Formats: sequence, C-alpha cells, structure tokens
Amino acid sequence: MDDFRANGAQQEARAFWMGVLARASLKELRAALSLAQVELPGVEVVKASETGTLMLEARAGGSGQRFNAGEATMTRCVVRHGETLGFSYALGRDKDKAMLAATLDCLLQDEERRGPVMSKVVQPLADLQRRKRETESRRAAATKVEFFTMVRGD
Amino acid sequence: MYVAVKGGEKAIAATHDLVAQARRGNPNVTEIGVKQIREQMKLATARVMNEGSLYDEDLAALALKQSQGDTVEAAFLMRAYRTTLPRFGSSQPIDTGAMAIRRRISAAFKDLPGGQVLGPTYDYTHRLFDFTLAADGHQPVQVEEAAQPLDISMPRVPDILGDEGLMEAEVAPQGDPAPTDITRDPAEFPAGRDTRLQMLARGDEGFLLGLAYSVQRGFGGNHPFAGEIRMGEVAVSFCPEELGFEIEIGDITLTECQMINQFTGSSDVPPQFTRGYGLAFGQSERKAMSMAIVDRALKSRDFGEGAAFPAQQEEFVLYHCDTIEASGFVEHLKLPHYVDFQGELELIRKIRREQEERRAKAAATREGVEA
Repeated sequence: MDDFRANGAQQEARAFWMGVLARASLKELRAALSLAQVELPGVEVVKASETGTLMLEARAGGSGQRFNAGEATMTRCVVRHGETLGFSYALGRDKDKAMLAATLDCLLQDEERRGPVMSKVVQPLADLQRRKRETESRRAAATKVEFFTMVRGD
Repeated sequence: MYVAVKGGEKAIAATHDLVAQARRGNPNVTEIGVKQIREQMKLATARVMNEGSLYDEDLAALALKQSQGDTVEAAFLMRAYRTTLPRFGSSQPIDTGAMAIRRRISAAFKDLPGGQVLGPTYDYTHRLFDFTLAADGHQPVQVEEAAQPLDISMPRVPDILGDEGLMEAEVAPQGDPAPTDITRDPAEFPAGRDTRLQMLARGDEGFLLGLAYSVQRGFGGNHPFAGEIRMGEVAVSFCPEELGFEIEIGDITLTECQMINQFTGSSDVPPQFTRGYGLAFGQSERKAMSMAIVDRALKSRDFGEGAAFPAQQEEFVLYHCDTIEASGFVEHLKLPHYVDFQGELELIRKIRREQEERRAKAAATREGVEA
C-alpha cells in the first residue's frame, strides 16, 4: 500500500482523481462505473456523508488582502476498506455521491486495482469535464470582438 | 416592547395553507420545477445566493419557488438554512486570474491581451419583447463555436497598468492574515477592507446600486472606469486537515469587477489610478460593478478625501446594506406592538387632557379679570 500522505507525486495523483470525482455528478459517476464494470469494495463507514459549509475566501483586487466572499454548501464522507481510508469532499449536498466517491478513493489507493479504474472511470470523466470546459470556451470565443479602425480625413 | 400574545394559532395555520395555495396559483397551469428555476432563472438564483451569502444553485432555486420569486424572502431562507449547517473550514483564496472565462470586457482598454469577450449579455439587445418566448415550442438556439478556445489565462486589466506603476497596487498585507468573519464576530468600525468587502458582497444589490449611482452623479467625487469585468468558472480548493494536502472540490461561477479611478495624488501618494473591487456569485454584473464603486468610495479615508457623501460613510453604508437585517427591522413593524401603542395612546390622551385643563384654567382666569 502506498502512503498517499507522504509522497509528493502520489499526493498529486490522488488530488487529481479526487478533483475529478468531486466535479462529476452522481449520474455521471454511476454511468462511468457501470460502463467500466468496476466492482466496488465493501467499505465500512467511518464518517457518514455530512453536509456543511465552506467559507470561500477571495482577495481584494484579485491579488490583495484576503476576505470572506460568502459560503458554499459542501458534503464530505469518510470510508474504510481494510487499512485504507477513502475520503470525499465536494461542493453541493449530494450525500450518495460523497459515499460513492469516498469508496472510489479507497479503491484508487489500491495499487493493484488503480490502473483500470483510472483509465476506465477517472480518465473518461476528466476528459468529459475538459471537453465541456473547452466547448464553453469556444462558445465564448465566438463572441470575441474584432475591431475595425476607420481612418477618416487626412 | 415585546409581549407574548396567545391566540391566533388557528389563523396562522390557515394562513400557511392560504399562502401555499397562492404560491401554486392556477392549478390548471403546470407547476414550475426547481430544476427549471435553476436552469432558466440563473440571474435570479445568483442574486439569492449573493444576498443569502451561500453558494448553492439548487437551494437558491428552491428558495425562489418557496417565496414566489421574492428574492429578499428567498435570501432569508438561505441565511436561515446556513445557520443549521456545521462549518467545515475555509477555502484557499480563490484565484480569479485562473478563471475559465465566459465573458470579459474592459471599457478602458480596447486592445487588451486575450481580447474583449462579450459572452452572454443583454447589453446589446434592443429591449424589445420577444413574443416567441411566450409561444410554446420555441426552437433551441444553435450557438456558434470558434475554432479555437480562449487563452487559458488572461491577465487582469489593472495588473497590466500596474506594471507601469500607474495603478494602486493590490498586495496582501504583511503575513497574509486570515480575514475577519462577520458571521462569527460583529463588525467593528473603522472596518478593515476584509470586513468591508465581506459585508458588501452580502449587501443588497438595489441599495448598493443606488449608492454607486450617487457616487457617479457627484455625491462621492469619483469618476470610475470599468477597468475589467470578467465572468466564468473558478476552481474551489480546500485543504482538509485529515488529508493534509490541497484538493479541488468543484467549480463556482463568479463575476469580478475592477473599477479604476483617477486620483490626483496627495502629499503621500503620487498621482495614479486607484481601484475598487467587486466580486459576486454567479453572473451578477450590476452587483459586482456597484460593489466596486462603493468599495472605492469607502477608501476615501485612505486617500485623505474626507467623507462628505453618504457612499463614503462606512457605518452608514455597511450597517444598512444587508437585505436581511434591513427587511427584518422594517418588517418587524408588522408584528404586534399592542402594548407599545397602548402606552403611546395613554400618553397622548394625558397630554391632551392636561393641555385642555390648562386652557380651561387660563380662560377662567381671563373671565375673572374681565368680570
């Protein structure tokens, strides 16, 4: 079992999949899992899915003094499989998704099972999220102003 | 004075039913769904999230449905719900520089790196009714997609001028301290910029808009330029203690406004452009612009400009911009004040009686003298 707390590269990999799982909807997660035919491990609930708030900080002018811009709802869940703890933190109030994402976090820490789950579940979800962002960006780009300068007189 | 009043339970139960019926309207018309509100009333849900100071589009949509579209009542529901939730912590400061931009304009610079991106805006519409929206079976619109997406990162406009040293710098104070939180500790005056921005971010759009307008009309001594307005999605990062490293937990939509103002300089500060900052949940341009103008007006003390106008008076602005507090205090007048009023009534009667007695006495004295 890898120690995902200590190792920088592994920490980065874990932060990546946790971010992808947090952004996915429950429906998307379930669809990806059923398509990939991933068998989920039986897990013990350590901290049941709970909804709370996160205070969102921002900076004055974008780069200056920190201030509290307002809160957002957020849901977290912790599960255990053997020695491994699986966590999930995501904006919103979807408790089923939190449980599923925490279970997947457990599974993804298992070196033997990580490969196929990454390639069949996490990567396709990440691609979906990237494509969605890119489409939004292309649509915005279509509204970019091309200026024409008129020269009058001499 | 408040006095416990018994009775009225039956009337109150009946009004709950009646308001539910009023909310539903004509039952022959299809009921509106929370998802429909979330998807099709985005600017309204954004306002509810801002003044409710809680980002959750589904809850804001539910709040709007439950309050029959009353944004103040809806914001109140958000604030009340928030108090029932535990606080898990604070996010890392949001980086609006890394925003996935859907709209970004500058009224100060024409040719800015990354370009002027109009995005979804009503600015260039003719404000003529589109009656096809009232007809059923409206066709979905095909939107254009450019061959290339926008630049991954676009510089914030004030930072471009900042490089020349002509712009007031926005840098974190020494040690980058954690901000004050008015939901935990009541605001103190004079307020820091952190307190001010938090209060303005929760403030009523209409109130801030009126104040911003007053500044522009001369009650604030500033001439603002919309240096930049940007809207899009930003990542929210959080470092859970039990995890020990930072993760992204989703994206939120934000509108950011950087107002720039001419400043002729003082004995301490050379002539330069000064800044006002606005940040709002969702697509909330009017709110972000108003906030930025008022933020700058409230800096008047820092620039030795005095505080002759309402928008420059911190306690006045910050104490009165909160929708929930303002409506709570104004609307509490609807609640029974029977004993208060009874007291006032007694007082007026007593004063009248005494006045009449004095008059009668004076008249009697006059009559005695004349006789």
